[in-house]
Amino acid sequence: MSRRARLVFFAVAAAALAAALGVGLAGLPSFGAQLSAYARMLNELAPRQRHVTDVVSAISFDYRGIDTLFEEFILLSAVAGISVLLRPLSDETRRLPQDKAPDRTIPPPSPAVWLLAVFLSSLLLLTGIETVTHGQLTPGGGFQGGVILASVLYVVYLGTNYATVERFQPNALLEASDGLGASGYVLIGLLGLLAGTSFLSNVVSLGITGDAVSGGTIQLLNVVVGVEVAGGFAILASEFLDQTAVVRTRQR
Amino acid sequence: MSFLAYGVVAWLFLIGIYGVVSSRNLIHLVVCLSVAQSGTDVLLLEIGYRNGGHAPVFVDLPAHPGPAVDAVMQALALTDVVVGAAVTALLLAVVVQVHKRAGTLDPDQLRATRD
Amino acid sequence: MTQAVIVVALVWVAAAGTAVVLTRDPLRQAFTAGFFGLALAFLYLSLQAGDVALSQIVVGAIALPLIVLLSLAKVRKDRE
Repeated sequence: MSRRARLVFFAVAAAALAAALGVGLAGLPSFGAQLSAYARMLNELAPRQRHVTDVVSAISFDYRGIDTLFEEFILLSAVAGISVLLRPLSDETRRLPQDKAPDRTIPPPSPAVWLLAVFLSSLLLLTGIETVTHGQLTPGGGFQGGVILASVLYVVYLGTNYATVERFQPNALLEASDGLGASGYVLIGLLGLLAGTSFLSNVVSLGITGDAVSGGTIQLLNVVVGVEVAGGFAILASEFLDQTAVVRTRQR
Repeated sequence: MSFLAYGVVAWLFLIGIYGVVSSRNLIHLVVCLSVAQSGTDVLLLEIGYRNGGHAPVFVDLPAHPGPAVDAVMQALALTDVVVGAAVTALLLAVVVQVHKRAGTLDPDQLRATRD
Repeated sequence: MTQAVIVVALVWVAAAGTAVVLTRDPLRQAFTAGFFGLALAFLYLSLQAGDVALSQIVVGAIALPLIVLLSLAKVRKDRE
């Protein structure tokens, strides 16, 4: 249909949707009034039961651990989908970037940019590891720390060029870490079955609340999810980078 | 206050869909879709909020801390944000391949079949 | 006081979301989307959601602008 007809149709549909949303949202409890009973109970019980101080991590990886397993696999499938979509097609080939004027020397990256890249990438690596391993104590965890770890590669690319970052992102290693992260979650869940209780139950020793190593499988699952998310986002960026720098139409 | 809070959610969703419907550029379309998606995260967190509540992190609290906000909603919204970014990346990969085949990023110019 | 902060955050989010949709050029929209991500992170922090705010900052500042700009670079390169 024409653009104008589409916009008119949208206006009518949006008015109906807005009315329905208004009725629906008006039925919600008033903003900030009360908490659900499940939430109140978990806020009370989680620090004592699981020896963690960050209740959100305990819910993500212990009380509702099975949901996080599915979310992680959504991430894995999205990254696999991107790898399939951005593969070199039948009329394309992979060719490393070449200098079009080989008699001129390429100016090296400016020392300020290079120094900033070195400083930022080491800082990001440490922050990422800290966020991943302290997920059960403070806000953080596998998902956030994983993206911070992946950004180390982005900063290296921004500070140098494609050839350098190509050396730092061996595809086999990234894909292995992605797969290991996803399967590691399932294997840790199977530990529960082996110990005689249910899948994904917290069977490792819980430690003392507030320690660097506490929470049992919550911390292990944080690390595993961090590895998976870092590998996934690094693969994602490397696929897009390859498209811009390397994949070219085959010259006929 | 409730009206503003829930109204912002409905506004974000509707303006995101308007962006998708009236877009002339596929990349603009995908970013508008992510705006609509963030509306649902805001709704989840608003449902879980409690007046005068503190974050559900039980360390270094003052003497009379008061209630904590809903941690279950935060656990739901947390993975939603990261996975939403991965799905946006998947959509952008589709857009890149569409551009290669069709030569244009205008949704109105795309045709269902190849010439 | 917290109520005032939440009201400011909500208004900022609504305004930034509208700005993202009304910015038609994808390159400029990448910047507006970064601003929208910051507004969302501020709203999540004022709603006492530390984990979600950290996720939003990390995704909105790192992952999303990167893939949008790389897609734009690829599309421009193909056009040449």
